[in-house]
Amino acid sequence: MNASPGSSEALAAPDLTVNGDPMALDGTATIGALLARLGIRPERVVVEHNGTIYRRGEGLDTSLSAGDVIEIVHFVGGG
Amino acid sequence: MATEVREVTDPLVIGGVTLGSRLIHGTGKFSSNAVLADCLRAAAPAMITLAVRRLGLGGGASELDDIDLSGYTLLPNTAGATTVEQAVRLARLGRAAGLSDLVKVEVIGDEETLLPDPAGTLEATRALVEEGFTVLPYTSDDVVQAIRLCEAGAAAVMPAAAPIGTTLGVLNPTNIRLIIKKLPCPVIVDAGLGVPSDAARCMEWGAAGVLVNTAIARAQDPPLMAMAFADAVAAGRRAFLAGPAEISLKALASSPAEGLPGS
Repeated sequence: MNASPGSSEALAAPDLTVNGDPMALDGTATIGALLARLGIRPERVVVEHNGTIYRRGEGLDTSLSAGDVIEIVHFVGGG
Repeated sequence: MATEVREVTDPLVIGGVTLGSRLIHGTGKFSSNAVLADCLRAAAPAMITLAVRRLGLGGGASELDDIDLSGYTLLPNTAGATTVEQAVRLARLGRAAGLSDLVKVEVIGDEETLLPDPAGTLEATRALVEEGFTVLPYTSDDVVQAIRLCEAGAAAVMPAAAPIGTTLGVLNPTNIRLIIKKLPCPVIVDAGLGVPSDAARCMEWGAAGVLVNTAIARAQDPPLMAMAFADAVAAGRRAFLAGPAEISLKALASSPAEGLPGS
């Protein structure tokens, strides 16, 4: 779930963990701001924030704080 | 005088969703999105399957970005799950992405054969039915397991014809037929179908539908194969509804015995 020991956990606690990778918070206040920073269109993805799942395009005003764990997922081809 | 052929319209209804085609089309393993789009146009399925994965954060288009999904009922799967917890989480993520309660539940029990874990599949089915999902569990061709899944509230049960991606065709026709015969819920034969006649056979036996992915995606001409599967599914369904003639071990001439011209 979290980054493996030796990467993020060996550093000072990462501000955010996004899709398994540490990421600096850098003043990113909300989920919407994070998606904008990453160049991701909100309507194409589902965000899970500390275990809470938001439907596509929802939860964008949710505040972020240090230690948050975020998963950004989308549909891919599958059977 | 031509007799009008009775055109059958019998859509498949699963959990309140009406599907105009009984071919469910997978979207994995296609060589490009353009090929997948051509296949979808050729087969005109009503429902397509999708998987849920992390978005690459490196930028660039997401995988299905240029595929128009709006014309299809989306069936997210829980592929990749090996535990009930993973399957439930993927189902929730899929629901949030697809905005419908449909989910194809997969809990894989063996990484090499990709055969499903029976206990995990049953438990995940119960949990997701409880959460209000319309659950279509992927299962082996075990008859009793299929019955239990149906009893657990599955909207349809999806027995494998053969292991995923093998295109071996229906390995145990007797079990698949027993599942179709015994289950009060729809049976959609999933996984391992190879050629359109496999699909037609399942439909002739009374399957409610089939799910095809690898057999189309890895064909030499995928869109043509997609069309062939669509034809086979429609033909098989018509044959089931028509009811086959009884098999006779005694030869019965189709032409009259009387009135042969004298020699």
